[in-house]
Amino acid sequence: MLANYGYQDGSGDYFITIDTDKCTGCGDCVTTCPAQVFEILTEDPHDPFREEPVAVVKSSEKKKIKYSCGPCKPVGERPPSPCVVSCRAGAISHNW
Amino acid sequence: MAEEFWRWTESRWTDPAIDWKAGKIVTGGVDVGSVSSQAVIMVDGQLLAYGNTRTGSDSPNSAMNAMNMAMEDAKVTYDDLQYTVGTGYGRVNVPFGQRAITEIACHARGANFMYGPSVRTVLDMGGQDCKAIHCDAQGKVTNFLMNDKCAAGTGRGMEVFADLLNVSINDMGELSLQVAEEPPPVSSTCVVFAKSEASGLLRAGWPKEKVLAAYSSAMAHRVVSLLERIGVEKEFAITGGIAKNIGVVSRIEKELGIKALKPTIDTQIAGALGAALFAQALAKKSGK
Repeated sequence: MLANYGYQDGSGDYFITIDTDKCTGCGDCVTTCPAQVFEILTEDPHDPFREEPVAVVKSSEKKKIKYSCGPCKPVGERPPSPCVVSCRAGAISHNW
Repeated sequence: MAEEFWRWTESRWTDPAIDWKAGKIVTGGVDVGSVSSQAVIMVDGQLLAYGNTRTGSDSPNSAMNAMNMAMEDAKVTYDDLQYTVGTGYGRVNVPFGQRAITEIACHARGANFMYGPSVRTVLDMGGQDCKAIHCDAQGKVTNFLMNDKCAAGTGRGMEVFADLLNVSINDMGELSLQVAEEPPPVSSTCVVFAKSEASGLLRAGWPKEKVLAAYSSAMAHRVVSLLERIGVEKEFAITGGIAKNIGVVSRIEKELGIKALKPTIDTQIAGALGAALFAQALAKKSGK
């Protein structure tokens, strides 16, 4: 499942996508993200029958990721976002 | 008291043909939304009864109100419910619920039941948020996106316009279509800004239906841009209260270039319906 967390407002679309079919629930993104955007849940809130842990974007972060993710955004010479690099399964992507 | 144009009709329904006492598994699903609350009772995978009411300031009470409405004619009691699932904003506050499941999972499952297994894209236009969901033939979510930061494209926005224009919420869809030609959409989709813009248009002499057409098409455009982020696969269905507004639905269909499936059951209960279906599966799993 492609879980898109974020929002759309007058300034644009801001979504972090987590591919739950790839996510192993390892938690590397949780420890890597300097803004603590992610958390690991023991069950997927959108898939009641999944019984393995999965990464989600915290509900407290969902409506402000434009700002939380801002400092890591790869602009100019900056390297790719740490969360994207940290995910060995390649499950995390950003749309903006 | 002045007439409250935003007040939509509360309802309840029971299938008199079902003898629920003969059924094996009786389950409940409760969707406590930001604006409305619904409760559904199912027997062995069949819809027995539902209640649809406005959410008050107290989530547990709203859940009970909705469930009491569903139970009344069917003569079901809380003791008869073997498993109840809560969903929606107030899902953790359902006092008689055993489990809370997100409304995204429930809407997909509910739409699968309402519209059949051919549904691949579900657009839920709720009271205070908007969700675009892809699901498979079993009603399992494969891709979803929700916008709950902004009330544009939601029932709350339409309620605000009902009061501004003094038009009953039930008549808004039809009225918005009574324009000779489509006016340009209001430029802001933010409900607050759109309302000020609409006040200006009324002062400039626009008739109500023209203002409403301008708002409805802005709303349709907004949700279409949300839908396009995940793409639209056939069949396409709309759930939630706005699915009853023909003015918005027809404008979404026009912009997407495909028709939405015609609902056979109240579109507002899709979430609660999905919750009751999950409750059936969970009751079986727990061996009750």
